[in-house]
Amino acid sequence: MSIIVDTETKLVISGLTGREGSFHGLRNRGYGTDVVAGVTPGKGGQEVEGIPVFDEIAQAVEERGANTSMIFVPARFAAAAMEEAIAAGVHTVITITEGIPVLDMLRVYWTATESGVRLIGPNCPGVLSPGKSNVGIIPAQFFDPGSIGVVSKSGTLTYQIGNELKQAGMGNSSIVGIGGDPIVGSDFIDVLGLYEADDETELIVMVGEIGGDAEERAADYIAGHLSKPVVAYIAGFTAPPGKQMGHAGAIISGSSGTAAAKKAALEERGVRVGRSPTETAQLAVETLQAAQA
Amino acid sequence: MDLLEYQGKQLFAKHGVPVPEGRPADTVPTVVEAADELGYPVVIKAQVRIGKRGKAGGIKIANDRDEATRHAEAIIGMDIRGFRVHEVWVERASRIDAEYYASLILDRSEKKLLAILSRMGGMDVEEVAETDPGALIKRHIEPGERFTIEVARGMAIDARIDEDVTDGVAELLVKLHDVALAEDATLIEVNPMIVTSDRGVVALDSKVTIDNNALYRHEDLAELRDRSAEDPQERMAKERGVTYVKLGGDIGILGNGAGLCMATLDIVAQAGGRPANFLDAGGGSKADAIVDALEVITSDENVDAILFNIFGGITRCDEIAKGIIEASRRIDIDVPLVVRLDGTNSAEGLGLLADAELPNLHLEKTMLGAAERVVQISRS
Repeated sequence: MSIIVDTETKLVISGLTGREGSFHGLRNRGYGTDVVAGVTPGKGGQEVEGIPVFDEIAQAVEERGANTSMIFVPARFAAAAMEEAIAAGVHTVITITEGIPVLDMLRVYWTATESGVRLIGPNCPGVLSPGKSNVGIIPAQFFDPGSIGVVSKSGTLTYQIGNELKQAGMGNSSIVGIGGDPIVGSDFIDVLGLYEADDETELIVMVGEIGGDAEERAADYIAGHLSKPVVAYIAGFTAPPGKQMGHAGAIISGSSGTAAAKKAALEERGVRVGRSPTETAQLAVETLQAAQA
Repeated sequence: MDLLEYQGKQLFAKHGVPVPEGRPADTVPTVVEAADELGYPVVIKAQVRIGKRGKAGGIKIANDRDEATRHAEAIIGMDIRGFRVHEVWVERASRIDAEYYASLILDRSEKKLLAILSRMGGMDVEEVAETDPGALIKRHIEPGERFTIEVARGMAIDARIDEDVTDGVAELLVKLHDVALAEDATLIEVNPMIVTSDRGVVALDSKVTIDNNALYRHEDLAELRDRSAEDPQERMAKERGVTYVKLGGDIGILGNGAGLCMATLDIVAQAGGRPANFLDAGGGSKADAIVDALEVITSDENVDAILFNIFGGITRCDEIAKGIIEASRRIDIDVPLVVRLDGTNSAEGLGLLADAELPNLHLEKTMLGAAERVVQISRS
């Protein structure tokens, strides 16, 4: 098992004909992901290295059986592309695009929720299930198959932690980047729930950062619903209030959303929080070995 | 992006939200001219992005030209908790019968807009939330729901707003919602929203945050942003498209990815150092991007050492190394550089840097080692 993407994933990529879209789309296919179609309005009938391109996502669903959509189009077209994917009937939409207006995301979030479609992102690196499927821009070489589930707001920080786990001989069930925007589809809680139900996952590493209260809510959820151990890392202890730290959602508003508050909320509920990515990987290894002993 | 009070009020006026008449000014003569035009008494208000301006002496009433001159001289150039006053807003003074509070914010937890109304205005809303939470009437705007005058009136009744101004308050609240949707505002706060002596409802202050991601569809607001960067490094970073936040310490930081960069700041702080900045070089950092980043970092005179923390994913470390070598040819970097390269092609990258024999360059393999090294160098 694994979560969100696997060998059943049939991927349609909006923006496959673009420079970034084709680079990463072909990388995903090279990894083994079943990329069944690309979509670019006006370019229907073309091909990208053998992958058929359609004008609309619905055609990719009908003719190629696409069940998962990856959105790689520029920010100003991304909301419409997500809505198109939801209407076309895929069960999962993964949005890599950064810079989507937040009020557009509010609308898309509720459309996805009411349609029962799982939305990952935006502004995220995607989802990787090692050995099975890679949807997005996660460099797969730092991750082996294994039993640690990772859920993170940050890309590079996740690669850093993944690489340290790999060097310690540990692998992953899945790596899920939920994105660094104020409004994202699946949140920590949603992904934690999926890992809890996933047979392959024995431990979860959660990587959070300043802004919002998703980590605090996750702490409550872990205490109430999770039997599997969770180890966490939080970035942004030195971030000043009112400043956006790279990610649109990484901002301390007044006194809320601080790293210290998130760490405290997690530790109060028994979640160990590493002081650095390295220590976090070490804690994960220790905790897993203790659980297996 | 946070608007100045008067920029917010101008946005309100555009959408029919009542605001007192006023003029922006940035010199003593233009303040006096504006005051003469508006008619005394006027209020002269420092335009800085920080609260409690009144307590700091940044808001004064002028009853005549002499007072306007004196207050303008005192306020322009004043430092309010680290924010220099470059502009003031000169406004016709209002007669106030009552002070209320209204806001419309993006509630990230519930993923909905949230309207808040209170009869306790003119004071710190976080304080009201603690001492008298029942005085804050909150209502989420449900997905697809139209925020109507009836809904707003219901809130006004719940908030025990004076009966004769219920409609005025409700109308203002609905218009704030219009402003949020039309202008991509993620926060609009009016504190106080006043009832004037002739029982009109007016926004006496404004706090507005516009979603940076939506600036492409608000050209007028995007222009305000370019003028708003006060710090010289932050202004330079904006011009060059570099994601930079000044932090005030002495160790310059460059990382790839927002999360890794934040983690780098934290680890440098744990090692006893004080980061000068946050700088996310992003993916695929080529020579030009590295030159831009280094120029922004080194233009801060406090910086006495720089840490490059790169974990190459899609970004290849050999490309980063080439960028650093190229940058060191093109610009004069007179502070030590500690470089940690890990991830994709890190061995090649470290090899290129070692071969280049750049002066003042220190190579590290791990993040913790690099943080300790840069702190040590900065201290020596």
